[in-house]
Amino acid sequence: MSADTPSPETSEDVKANEAIAPSSKLAHFPADEPLELDSGVKLGPWQIAYETYGELNADKSNAIVICHALTGDQYVASTNPVTGKPGWWELMVGPGRPVDTDHYFVICANVLGGCLGTTGPATMNPQTGVPYGLDLPVITIRDMVRAQARLVDYLGIDTLFAVMGGSMGGMQVLQWAVSYPERVFAAVPIAAAARHTSQNIAFHEVGRQAIMADPNWRQGTYIQEGVRPTKGLAVARMAAHVTYMSDESLHQKFGRNLQDRDNLTFGFDADFQIESYLRHQGMTFVDRFDANSYLYVTRAMDYFDLADQFDGALPLAFAGTNTRFCVMSFTSDWLFPTSESRQVVKALNAAAANVSFVEIESDRGHDSFLLDVPEMFETIRGFLTGAARARGVPAPGGEA
Amino acid sequence: MNLAPRQSRPGEVRGDHKVVASLVPEGARVLDIGSEDGALLDLLARERRIDGRGIELSQAGVNRCVARGLSVIQGDADKDLSDYPDRAFDVVILSQTLQATREPKEVMSELLRIGKRVIVSIPNFAHWRNRMQLLFRGRMPVTKYLPYEWYDTPNIHFCSLRDFVELCHELDAEVVKAVALSAHGNEIPVNAPWWVWNIVAEQAVFLLKR
Repeated sequence: MSADTPSPETSEDVKANEAIAPSSKLAHFPADEPLELDSGVKLGPWQIAYETYGELNADKSNAIVICHALTGDQYVASTNPVTGKPGWWELMVGPGRPVDTDHYFVICANVLGGCLGTTGPATMNPQTGVPYGLDLPVITIRDMVRAQARLVDYLGIDTLFAVMGGSMGGMQVLQWAVSYPERVFAAVPIAAAARHTSQNIAFHEVGRQAIMADPNWRQGTYIQEGVRPTKGLAVARMAAHVTYMSDESLHQKFGRNLQDRDNLTFGFDADFQIESYLRHQGMTFVDRFDANSYLYVTRAMDYFDLADQFDGALPLAFAGTNTRFCVMSFTSDWLFPTSESRQVVKALNAAAANVSFVEIESDRGHDSFLLDVPEMFETIRGFLTGAARARGVPAPGGEA
Repeated sequence: MNLAPRQSRPGEVRGDHKVVASLVPEGARVLDIGSEDGALLDLLARERRIDGRGIELSQAGVNRCVARGLSVIQGDADKDLSDYPDRAFDVVILSQTLQATREPKEVMSELLRIGKRVIVSIPNFAHWRNRMQLLFRGRMPVTKYLPYEWYDTPNIHFCSLRDFVELCHELDAEVVKAVALSAHGNEIPVNAPWWVWNIVAEQAVFLLKR
């Protein structure tokens, strides 16, 4: 156990338990019901951990799957058992919220390769009796969506009213609409893209190299060796965190202000507020996330290229789709810029799909989709209500 | 892109919208170019149960449309129509927007490619009030209906109704129906020859096919 991990005993124990036996709901699939992965491997037994909110209606027409981003989890609108913090999208999902759980039945699963109860590198490998580590096959976004589709089957739901999510969650939304067009009535990809760009891959590689350069990483076997590559994972998180914010928001929040001092120290302490903020972000992250999961999930994003699945022609991915799309981007997001969303819209137009596209003015960068952005909430609420009207699902406001 | 400044009062349906709605078949797949705040799409959804989409130049307008449950994207008629496949829509509507496009002929040709039917509404630059202003004041017309000064107008390609009909001929488009509207947005009920309409109509709505 690394000395710089805050409250190591409790958080590591809780995290390990949640990875294997989550306190959320769980669907377990035995070895004879394996998940067929893009890599060709049949993964089994496997499990998927999830949370639900609201009630499924009688004709099962009001289910919304919410897909989480890179380091998210199934606790979209309820307390995360590891951090004790509120759900990551409580502003969006809940009674009276834009995704109104008084009307919609919300399902959110931990992604395949994650570390909060769904099969991932921290899961015990039944063949060896130790955690998978790098023995877990490489996972793709399509694999994550396959796993979610199996969960939706397991819940007895045929067609989803909507699939929505931001960032990596938005990639899953697009993949859902392409893999299962007849099962997705409406799709809301937010701050996402149909492919991970070279620049995106570059940032992920920096993070992975930081983890693998940590001597405690031990080729991914750190769990059984009783150590943690916390420093590497913290650095990975620090680099990624910068990409989630905009220069403008960093400037507004921190400027060049000094932290707890009046003068520069002429050393390498955290002189600047931004430095100590990033260090804090890195430290708290290692408390809740698994380093190997970070490797797997970033890899899944890197491999994502929807057009590649259709000989490079993105419009073919959406040919004949009846799904209603609402594509959303943010003006200051430089990681998944509006131009990437426009590529998706262009392809949807070429397929004569039903598409809305909204670019939201926000100076807070990629992370805007997680923040209090009233125009985003208003748009989502309106889009879902319009879609509900079209599908004949009772919508918030009373009309069918 | 609201180039027609005559805002209707709440609940009141604009005259040209009423005419457009009368030309759209029930349940049609419709693309509305220049959706403004979505009033026309909303009307068509309610009265004609269309499967509607829209393109609107201003992002603020788009966001308002989507928030009211309409499918609208931000886009530019001059640039984005080429994305759409041939005959993708039963009806394509270009309402009070043609005069603001850079390449009206190109835009018209794209409309006729992607729509089985095309509805275009245009202001008539040859309306008598405009003729009078130019004739007697020697000034470019500024009316309630065309409120911009010559130097700050988004309208760059005005035409008369006769010019527009001529363009339709050039593009092999058949005028299935034409409705002339008065300054108040009411249909001009007379069955008059073009030259009369070209003087008295303040705007007109054309239903075209190729």
